[in-house]
Amino acid sequence: MGEELKLLGAWASPFGRRVEIALKLKGVEYEYSEEDIFHNKSASLLKYNPVHKKVPVLVHNGKPIVESQVILEYIDETWKDNPILPRDPYERAMARFWAKFFDEKCLPAFWKSCMSSEPEREKAHEEARELLSTLEDELKGKKFFGGETIGFVDIVANFVGHWVGVMQEAVGVDILTEDKFPVLCKWAEEFKNCPVIKENLPPRDRLLAFFKAQSEMLANFYKNRTW
Amino acid sequence: MAKDGDVKLIGAWPSPFVMRPRIALNLKGVEYEFLEEKFGAKSDLLLRSNPVHKKIPVLLHADRPVCESLVIVQYVDDAWPSSGPSILPSDPYDRATARFWAAYIDEKWFPSMTGIAKAQGEEAKKAALDQVAEGLSLLEDAFGKISKGKPFFGGDTVGFLDIALGCLLGWLRVTEKMNGVKLLDEAKVPGLAKWAERFCADDAVKGVMPETDKLAEFAKLIMAKFKAAPSPQ
Repeated sequence: MGEELKLLGAWASPFGRRVEIALKLKGVEYEYSEEDIFHNKSASLLKYNPVHKKVPVLVHNGKPIVESQVILEYIDETWKDNPILPRDPYERAMARFWAKFFDEKCLPAFWKSCMSSEPEREKAHEEARELLSTLEDELKGKKFFGGETIGFVDIVANFVGHWVGVMQEAVGVDILTEDKFPVLCKWAEEFKNCPVIKENLPPRDRLLAFFKAQSEMLANFYKNRTW
Repeated sequence: MAKDGDVKLIGAWPSPFVMRPRIALNLKGVEYEFLEEKFGAKSDLLLRSNPVHKKIPVLLHADRPVCESLVIVQYVDDAWPSSGPSILPSDPYDRATARFWAAYIDEKWFPSMTGIAKAQGEEAKKAALDQVAEGLSLLEDAFGKISKGKPFFGGDTVGFLDIALGCLLGWLRVTEKMNGVKLLDEAKVPGLAKWAERFCADDAVKGVMPETDKLAEFAKLIMAKFKAAPSPQ
């Protein structure tokens, strides 16, 4: 059976990495194609995602699937080994709830706290800290959001696992700290040490240099964002 | 009729998001107790059941809360698999398509609709209305591709994407009324216009879809109070 699987992504973006984690967890082979999302989006990307023109896009036998969380569910439903979502309906609902919380609340709050300038900055920091507290509470007593092994929520939380620390260092803010969020910081370490995750993270130094060098471009990207 | 453990839904009649789980429960024939929240004062039960967002709807199934309207709809589909029709399609690619458009509706289209009331001045208002119309045009196209000639996005019966979009029809009509425009125009979006009629007439929907006039009165009330568009509660 000739399965054709292609992933359009961008090396610095956490969203494409989520999809790669899922595919690697399931041992599924795919072809990766790097997109220059800031300067030069490919014709393929625009063809496969005309509505949003964003990465990641998973193309399975010529049919595109977009939006990282939608892609994760598609992968879980198509390749049944090593399930990402829990089987129990209530646990599934909880996983979807927390994944939504990450992308709708946490992600924009972190961007804001790193990209905004005074006087909004302090308020943005406060908002980010409140959200982190909620996550800290949710995680207590668990190794991962998914329990003993990483699951849907852990994968979606990847930017807290790796990107937040780098962004903080690049812009000089201290929000996710070990003294205030010990459980979350421990989770981040465990997360990054998982073999599938470890071999699939953008190198820290390269990401840090990228954030530092591109801070102006990213600030504009953030201002004109469509999320 | 399926009757499985205690089912309660915390909500309010004007909320399009509350309508979503109501339709899902109706489709599955699940009996539930509707706990109406008073506008402007959140109950203790709501605050306890949804401490993160403090918003409706909240489904309580044997006292366990499920929050976020489309998460609840999927939960209802998962928890009562053998009752009534499947709400999500069975094929993974069709499911992904339904989820994609539901996310588009909630993240892009609905905010563009609430943007109309927030727009200051004629030009801004026209731009906001154009954005909503553009979105409808995209959805018209999607309807054609997804329904494949059948009455609903879900095929023969109301499904996930029908619920996601259909619940916003009440507020869409209020927007049309208050701005003197026709957005769901049979000439521009004929597929959607006819679909909307079928959706509103469906047995699972008609008892919970509020009347446009009643909704418009409510809109005037809250706009007077907050001087902003109604936001999802």
